[in-house]
Amino acid sequence: MSEIILTPKEQPLVPLEANNVTPDMFAGKSLDEIKNLGIWNGNRQDKLSKFFDVEGESSDNPSEIKIIIDGDAHNTKRIGQGMTAGEIFVKGNVSMYVGAEMKGGKITVEGNAASWPGQNMEGGELTVMGNAGDYVGSAYRGDWRGMSGGLITIHGNVGNEIAEYMLGGKMVIKGNVAIMPGVHMNGGLLIIEGNVVARVGGEMKGGTIVVKGVIDEFLAGFKYLGIERDPELEGEVIEGAYHKFKGDLATKGSSGLVYAAVAGNGHIAPY
Amino acid sequence: MEHIIKNGIVYDPLNNIDGEKKDICVKDGKIVDSVSDDANVIDASGKIIMPGGVDPHTHIAGAKVNVGRMIRPEDSKKDVMGRSAGKRGGSGFSVPSTFMTGYRYAQMGYTTAMEAAMPPLLARHTHEEFHDTPIIDHAAYPLFGNNWFIMQYLKEGDLDKTAAYASWLLRATKGYTIKIVNPAGTEAWAWGGNVHGIDDPAPYFDVTGAEIIKGLAEVNEMLGLPHAIHLHCNDLGHPGNYETTLKSFDIPKGIKANPTTGSRDKVLYATHVQFHSYGGTNWRDFVSEAPKVADYVNKNDHIVIDVGQVTLDETTTMTADGPMEYDLHSLNGLKWANCDVELETGSGVVPFIYSGKAPVPSAQWAIGLELFLLVNDPEKICLTTDSPNAGPFTRYPRVMSWLMSNRYRKDMLENQVHKWAERKTSVATLDREYSFYEIAQISRATPATVLGLSDTKGHLGVGADADIAIYAFNPETQDPSADYVALEEALTRASYVLKDGEIVVKDGEVVNIGMPGRTYWVNSVYDAELETQIVGEVEKMFKKYYSVNFANYAVQDEYLPRSTPVDGVIL
Repeated sequence: MSEIILTPKEQPLVPLEANNVTPDMFAGKSLDEIKNLGIWNGNRQDKLSKFFDVEGESSDNPSEIKIIIDGDAHNTKRIGQGMTAGEIFVKGNVSMYVGAEMKGGKITVEGNAASWPGQNMEGGELTVMGNAGDYVGSAYRGDWRGMSGGLITIHGNVGNEIAEYMLGGKMVIKGNVAIMPGVHMNGGLLIIEGNVVARVGGEMKGGTIVVKGVIDEFLAGFKYLGIERDPELEGEVIEGAYHKFKGDLATKGSSGLVYAAVAGNGHIAPY
Repeated sequence: MEHIIKNGIVYDPLNNIDGEKKDICVKDGKIVDSVSDDANVIDASGKIIMPGGVDPHTHIAGAKVNVGRMIRPEDSKKDVMGRSAGKRGGSGFSVPSTFMTGYRYAQMGYTTAMEAAMPPLLARHTHEEFHDTPIIDHAAYPLFGNNWFIMQYLKEGDLDKTAAYASWLLRATKGYTIKIVNPAGTEAWAWGGNVHGIDDPAPYFDVTGAEIIKGLAEVNEMLGLPHAIHLHCNDLGHPGNYETTLKSFDIPKGIKANPTTGSRDKVLYATHVQFHSYGGTNWRDFVSEAPKVADYVNKNDHIVIDVGQVTLDETTTMTADGPMEYDLHSLNGLKWANCDVELETGSGVVPFIYSGKAPVPSAQWAIGLELFLLVNDPEKICLTTDSPNAGPFTRYPRVMSWLMSNRYRKDMLENQVHKWAERKTSVATLDREYSFYEIAQISRATPATVLGLSDTKGHLGVGADADIAIYAFNPETQDPSADYVALEEALTRASYVLKDGEIVVKDGEVVNIGMPGRTYWVNSVYDAELETQIVGEVEKMFKKYYSVNFANYAVQDEYLPRSTPVDGVIL
């Protein structure tokens, strides 16, 4: 694995858009060429080296490249956008769209991520050790085709409308979730280990949502199917006893499933 | 500024020029006999020259187009153009922003495009968007087919009042023609329904589609309008609708064309006929009836059609046919915007994916081609995709390549489309290939003539506007049938485009936006006295029902940077 270390200088007030920071873009380039890659600062394009010190060594093969962002990039968007292979490791925070449209490879963020991590993701692995904002693994605004593959893991809490229009792949949220996780979901598996405020799976047509914590308010459009123990979902046994629901029946042709842990969710089961 | 375009191979059907080497002289925005020695020389050796393209039916400006832009950010994301010297940035694949619309038409060598559906109440918005659509000349077609005043006067059987109102409305909205969309059907949609066929009356007004078409076709000639009635038939997109289509086509037969300006001889322009040529009773037993529709067009001389060719793209449908859009939304389950325009019309917008892998879109693609290939006389058919309904206008070069290359069509049939294209239609049996002359007819000469603009548009004779497209394709050395990839590329990015005698496109890029485009509108006064009386009645209805004040309704001259009235009768 060849490592390339990007050390952020002071993050500018106007956000950066680092869609060039991917192993695919770095592959086959010399260190100088990487330093000269473009990075958007608002509506202006500058050189990557203006905002990051660049060290290390590249490779011809993106899957042999590990990019380490050694510091805080809280105002840098689109890190790893569309990447197909290799690895990115961020030692601080990142802004929006980290790993958006990624197709392969691996991104790990040690800090927090803002909204839209893994938007329209097709493959690969995206892990955020801290919290994330809204729209984790969601579709682009207006689009009805969201995340279709890969794995997103968020260790902290997240905001609203995660997994919106999700089609496939897997998302695991270790912390708590605000409203409308899995809204319009059509496929894939969303596992929430913490609590949810409300409206799990609103207008979902397919896919599966597991909530191991407490759902404060549940939607009326779900049909209760009874209690299921240790359900096997997407080839994986999820331990515990769950209230099982099908929905959202407010939408035509819906066959989504919601599993809510029996413990703590007595208030949403009909009996 | 003078130009002389040398050694090009010219296709100019209105002047019977079929691939002749000929120099074209341009002076002060017009085509002239000769120019001085100081003229700028454009070398068109080995290149094709055609008049600037004329799109008789597209959706590029106004409320529903903008709704399409608003509900589809994902369409904007798909196609983004950065700003560059002298040009604005823009975005949108199927519904591009206004500036991009102008640039993209020009890049293909199109210099005139007509907005095919303008709700009169939203005329100002439409003209505002024209204002920001560079290069191309344009006009808008106000919607008449579900208008309360029209239906009321027709119910009373008073054609004079209908004509007086129509002439006033054309002037008030700075509109160009009488557009009819699903007559009686969109009004029925305001009550939650639709009409089926031409003999189903609108609620309350109790007039049928047939009565509206007949009445307005007569009014069109009473007003001496340059264009024929522009008809979007009832039952769009429904299996079995070809019978309605053929009955509708027959309604204006026998009426005599009476244009004050131009040389139109047809009394009916039927639009996006591909969507109206379906047999069967449902989507399973659905078949093409394009041969019957084409046969009707071949046997009758009162009609011109445009096709509405499906291009097999993900696009955005938008029409004043409100109930049809609801049907479409129910069919594909995608998002839907619905608008009601008070006493005048309605509309809907729904994204649609015409996938070559899917059976119905593949058959629709083939039905459009059947119409092109089975209508024998290119003076009776225009090239459109009903942009963006069956596909975006940026695909015209591809449609032209399909028409010119049987090999391209065979490749599509074998590799790119579902077998329903062959099973449900006759397209695989048709080996006709369009010539460049015929392409120039369906994209230039025929639309310009039926629009009543052929004095200055759609040809390269002396006195015409110097709107000229030059394409880097050499018919002497290249075979469009074999080299359809190069053909499509050449037609997509013209070598040169001149608009009003200025070079606006060079090597496929817009280099200059020139003057604002003309806004054509019809200046017609049917009966000044009767009109005053009608306007009084209209004002009363405004006080009672409209959401805007009557005084704020009409489009002022200030809205038109380059106002170009075309005369109808002035009595």
